[in-house]
Amino acid sequence: MLKKQQIAQRIAKEVKNGQYINLGIGIPTLVANYIPEDLEIVLQSENGLLGIGPFPTEEQIDPDLINAGKQTITMVKGSVLFNSAESFAMIRGGHVHLTILGAMEVSENGDIANWKIPGKMVKGMGGAMDLVASAENIIVAMQHCSKSGESKLLKSCSLPITGIRCVKKIVTDLAVLEVDPEGGFILKERAPGVSVEEIKSKTEGKLIVKGEIPEMEF
Amino acid sequence: MINKTVKDANEAVQDIPSGAFLMMGGFGLSGIPENCISALLQRDIKDLTIVSNNAGVDDFGIGLLLQKRMVKKMISSYVGENAEFERQLLSGELEVDLIPQGTLAERVRAGGAGIPAFFTPAGVGTEVAEGKEIREFDGKLYLMERWLRSDFSLVKAWKGDTAGNLIFKGTARNFNPMMAAAGKITIAEVEELVPAGELDPNQIHTPGIYVQRIFEGKNYEKRIEQRTVRS
Repeated sequence: MLKKQQIAQRIAKEVKNGQYINLGIGIPTLVANYIPEDLEIVLQSENGLLGIGPFPTEEQIDPDLINAGKQTITMVKGSVLFNSAESFAMIRGGHVHLTILGAMEVSENGDIANWKIPGKMVKGMGGAMDLVASAENIIVAMQHCSKSGESKLLKSCSLPITGIRCVKKIVTDLAVLEVDPEGGFILKERAPGVSVEEIKSKTEGKLIVKGEIPEMEF
Repeated sequence: MINKTVKDANEAVQDIPSGAFLMMGGFGLSGIPENCISALLQRDIKDLTIVSNNAGVDDFGIGLLLQKRMVKKMISSYVGENAEFERQLLSGELEVDLIPQGTLAERVRAGGAGIPAFFTPAGVGTEVAEGKEIREFDGKLYLMERWLRSDFSLVKAWKGDTAGNLIFKGTARNFNPMMAAAGKITIAEVEELVPAGELDPNQIHTPGIYVQRIFEGKNYEKRIEQRTVRS
């Protein structure tokens, strides 16, 4: 089973040179730590920045410079600041190439649920609905099962949906999977030491296994 | 040049009535109208509707207005940092419209720009789409969203001039420019107020035509929600 950092490390391998990328809160934020330095990429922050840099030193902290998770940040050289309407014009307009976000549930046709648990949690969707409705490539980073052991890869989502038929790839602590446009999770890689049988038993939705499934490489 | 200056926050918000429809700039606690919120807390008004991306935290920002039960309804995209908000919502004391962030920004922009409705893909197939017109354009589904306009918009800028022109700093810009344009009366508080003519017209973000009142705020706390430093 992968640690959160390893999930982020594996997702970083999906990043391509020249991409503008939006990272969600949680594991997705960690992806930035593993993107190879020779790749030229730009991180978008939905609250109005292209060019997120590392966290600041104590001396650099600026309350007027935060990311979407409200964390203090810095800007890289060549950054640009803009308003929220412009930010989502970039997202809706398809200018952001890759969106990486967390999820509570994903269904075998690529639906994602990550914003609400009726009666329990009301936080809101933030920018997630705009992102999943518009990005050309959406990768989900999440645990394969909930804390109580229930599969989060389902036939259909039980929680309120954030977006329909939008998830392309999922990286969990157990596996890398792609969503088949016809329906189903195509198993591509397994975490070191994790068997196909274990992944099958922890995937409620349809799991498609073709040939030998290699272990992940980092 | 028209002089939009008022003395302070108390003068700026003195005629906001109970039941008013307000917009407040800010993302998290960054770029919120701190002085105007403090002045509103001194007023004996209630049943406010507030459009704001977030709802502050329990003891700062809009959270203070919630504690005093001055808010009837919030129109927001993310309210996760506020336990009092969640309590009032789950108990039915507070109404809330949760709106995708990009849709919220565009609805406010549309309000200021005189566009009564538009189509967006965000929320198609979700409960956000319930009761809304869905149309297909070039093979993809979109839903219709309406503009938002306010009685009063309360915005915060870094620098401003007496003509109401505004310059923002960092990510504190966020919703402030669109809200300024969408207000019948827009009140701008700034960290530094200068005479008209001293700001470089090339660098102004929000033209003063959108601003009716401006004042220099004081004692900005600029509280940080997630103080994160390099290890």
